[in-house]
Amino acid sequence: MSNVANTQKKNGFLAGTANYVDERVGVAGILKEFGRKIFPDHWSFMLGEVALYSFLVLLLSGTFLTFFFQPSMTDVIYDGVYAPLKGAHMSIAYSSSLDITFEVRGGLLMRQVHHWSALLFVAAAGLHMLRVFFTGAFRKPREINWVVGFVLFVLGMAAGFTGYSLPDDLLSGNGLRIIDGMIKGVPVIGTGISSLLFGGEFPGHAIVGRLYSLHIMLIPALILVFLAVHLFMLVIHKHTHYSGPGKKDTNVVGYPLMPVYVAKAGGFFFIVFGVIMLIATFFTINPIWNYGGYDPSPVSAGTQPDWYIGWLDGALRLAPTGIEFMIGDYTVSTNILLPLVISLVFLAAVAIYPFVENWVTGDKREHHVLDRPRNAPVRTAIGAAGVTFYAVLWAGASTDLIATNFKMNLNQVLLSMQISLIILPIVAFLVTKRVCLALQRKDKEIAIHGRESGRIVRLPHGEYIEVHEPLDPHDLYKLVDFKDYKPTLARPNAQGKITVAARLRSSLSKFYFEDRIAPATQTEIDEAAHHAHELEVEVQKAIESAK
Amino acid sequence: MSEKSKAVANKSSGAYSDHEYEKGLTVIHEDAVANPGIEPHRVRMTDKSEKHEKNAVRQVALLFSLSMLGSALALYAYFAFPISEDLTTVRINTLFLGVGITLGLLGIGIGAVHWAKTLMPDNEVSEERHLTRGSDEKRAAAIEIINLANQESGFSRRKLIRRTLYGSLALFPLPGIILFADLGPNLGDKLRHTAWKQGTRLTKDPYGSPIKASEVTVGSVFHVIPEGLNPDQEDYLEQKAKAAVLLVRVDQDELVETAERATWSYQGIVAYSKICTHVGCPVALYEQHTHHLLCPCHQSTFDLVNGCKVVFGPATRPLPQLPIAVDSEGYLIAQSDFHEPVGPSFWDRSVQQ
Repeated sequence: MSNVANTQKKNGFLAGTANYVDERVGVAGILKEFGRKIFPDHWSFMLGEVALYSFLVLLLSGTFLTFFFQPSMTDVIYDGVYAPLKGAHMSIAYSSSLDITFEVRGGLLMRQVHHWSALLFVAAAGLHMLRVFFTGAFRKPREINWVVGFVLFVLGMAAGFTGYSLPDDLLSGNGLRIIDGMIKGVPVIGTGISSLLFGGEFPGHAIVGRLYSLHIMLIPALILVFLAVHLFMLVIHKHTHYSGPGKKDTNVVGYPLMPVYVAKAGGFFFIVFGVIMLIATFFTINPIWNYGGYDPSPVSAGTQPDWYIGWLDGALRLAPTGIEFMIGDYTVSTNILLPLVISLVFLAAVAIYPFVENWVTGDKREHHVLDRPRNAPVRTAIGAAGVTFYAVLWAGASTDLIATNFKMNLNQVLLSMQISLIILPIVAFLVTKRVCLALQRKDKEIAIHGRESGRIVRLPHGEYIEVHEPLDPHDLYKLVDFKDYKPTLARPNAQGKITVAARLRSSLSKFYFEDRIAPATQTEIDEAAHHAHELEVEVQKAIESAK
Repeated sequence: MSEKSKAVANKSSGAYSDHEYEKGLTVIHEDAVANPGIEPHRVRMTDKSEKHEKNAVRQVALLFSLSMLGSALALYAYFAFPISEDLTTVRINTLFLGVGITLGLLGIGIGAVHWAKTLMPDNEVSEERHLTRGSDEKRAAAIEIINLANQESGFSRRKLIRRTLYGSLALFPLPGIILFADLGPNLGDKLRHTAWKQGTRLTKDPYGSPIKASEVTVGSVFHVIPEGLNPDQEDYLEQKAKAAVLLVRVDQDELVETAERATWSYQGIVAYSKICTHVGCPVALYEQHTHHLLCPCHQSTFDLVNGCKVVFGPATRPLPQLPIAVDSEGYLIAQSDFHEPVGPSFWDRSVQQ
């Protein structure tokens, strides 16, 4: 105690504050535990940070907006400063959005900050998911955290859509109308659900207020909870690191939280915020004053949803003509159900992927060293197929714009999208897998024979060779440190029966690991080095004799 | 420690170090290349040269000062560039406020990162990981606590308590769920009826002026709402969302009409629901040349002269037709309501009520 008191005197205010806080909160223990925690460094680890910081910016800008926005659908006659809409009937929600834009200093800026950071939040979360997928960061012990992250991504889309609809402008109103149509297409319960959501017939007077509750309370609260769990598990697991010299599954290599990561990550928050502010200052997003208030009759051509809803809208567009049918007197809207089911299956596949791969490999160890995507060719190819599938659906939401901008026939654009949705993922899978295997072979070649030195030598018997130089051991290790799996046969269980599950696992393991390139081993490298040495002796002899 | 927990503890004691997790299909290479350890640290210019170090300090301080300047600019801009009826003031206010705040943020951010990268130690450090699972002792202790809690409460022993608890836990959320039933009324037959009635005049959207048949020239398009629908009424949008109609006149010879609907048009003037039968967007685009109606949301295309049948896109059903006629003053009127529900499909839309 007396020591603390002494330091307090010596160092003045800072130590005094620290002592005050510790005696009441016990913060010293926390700091001792976490203050020098090691975080590895890589640009791709910042994608999740971008998502986190965009979310903080969303909270800040969103709170500002709630002070001015009025989520009411009561009809008013607009009497604000925006002349083109003066005297028009509109909801209070839309009119207060116009007031934020044109009558509050910095209001337009904050609206644009909020919208841009929402777009960035979903984009960064999506890229972060791709990073985690392609590097295998979802493997044990992080499978559950993958699911938590997946839920966050879905919540992000929900937050985006509920917010998008709040200003009650023509564009977002048509978006809601599409949602209403989709809900009504659900067999048996669709009409009832639509009435519950809209408080009666579409559009009613309730939906904006209800979306507002979801958007500013329920969804952000859920995001905060899942975010807390996500980060808590990150601390428990410690961050993964890329394979390389000194990196093992049993350690974490990087820089201490204090001071390096406090400065880097803290600074990065300000950079993300600053860049969003910069974009919001110079680039208009969602100019609601151009659309007018919601009216069920007009619509503008070439409208697009926010980017993250695009794939769902694309799925609706790509449904083939005339697949709705009747069972007796009841209508089955397959043209809505099919896209809905396909989207849900796609999402479910994303959520359960880590468990499938773990079941196939049967590898129950903890994995903290990340894979380079090429070193897991089939996983990378599956990811590429998934990205392609998503991308075609996403492009499908713009069939009309593609047709008009490139002067193509709309029908043909749509037909080629429908075909692409099935063909392109398969092509992407095959190409990606082959590219990965080729890259692995190249790595192995370089690991074993060294890098090309550019020195061409002619041997006495006339042969030309290029002399290869051995790699630096640190560079070499990056090329050879990866997990190697081989397919298994279906084996009988204790009762002597080969179960269906065993058969399935066997074929899946073949699918995954049939084409496999094992990492270069020390033996292979030594043999090649021995051979190279002999060659070098021969070269030296040739040089000597030439003299 | 109870007998049960002892057994569990014994089973797991000493087991499960990292190497005893199942390896599955992993191939272990005995002669794998050995890990050479962390790469030697590369010394930065700021570590070697005092001049570089001082420069870096100045740069960081400059960036932080720039931030102060930016924040000051934002404060100044808030008062110096107010917004008024003139909308260019909104642009100027946004611009200077935004640039100021941006500088205020980026100065801090880039400054802090630059500080970390040039002046803070950049030696990579290795820290040991521990398995995520608790140590065997911890797990044994946890099991003991659970067993003790079980013993003291009698949770597994007292079946009656346990089963009634499950029952009550299963039922208690139900009132909470049923409370949501009042979110929306039973729609009844509302989806089957619109504001159109026998004799309702067709009027222009949104002003409500009636339309004379003679006004509708061949090739012209009218966006139509029923007479009497006005923005001041409570259910204006709900009614409009069902009743919106598109009125087009085509050459009578081009119209292909079924016998049943032969009397639904008037001298080549046809009226169809504007609400798409796919998911309900307004089918607002008319291509005069082909007589096609196109929905801009998902590109369902309807053939106007052929009963508005779907020729392309995800919709399945034709747009419902509004039977029209002309009243004694020459104005277009509806013969009746639509003969089927308008808008997107729903489960029991074809069930006779």
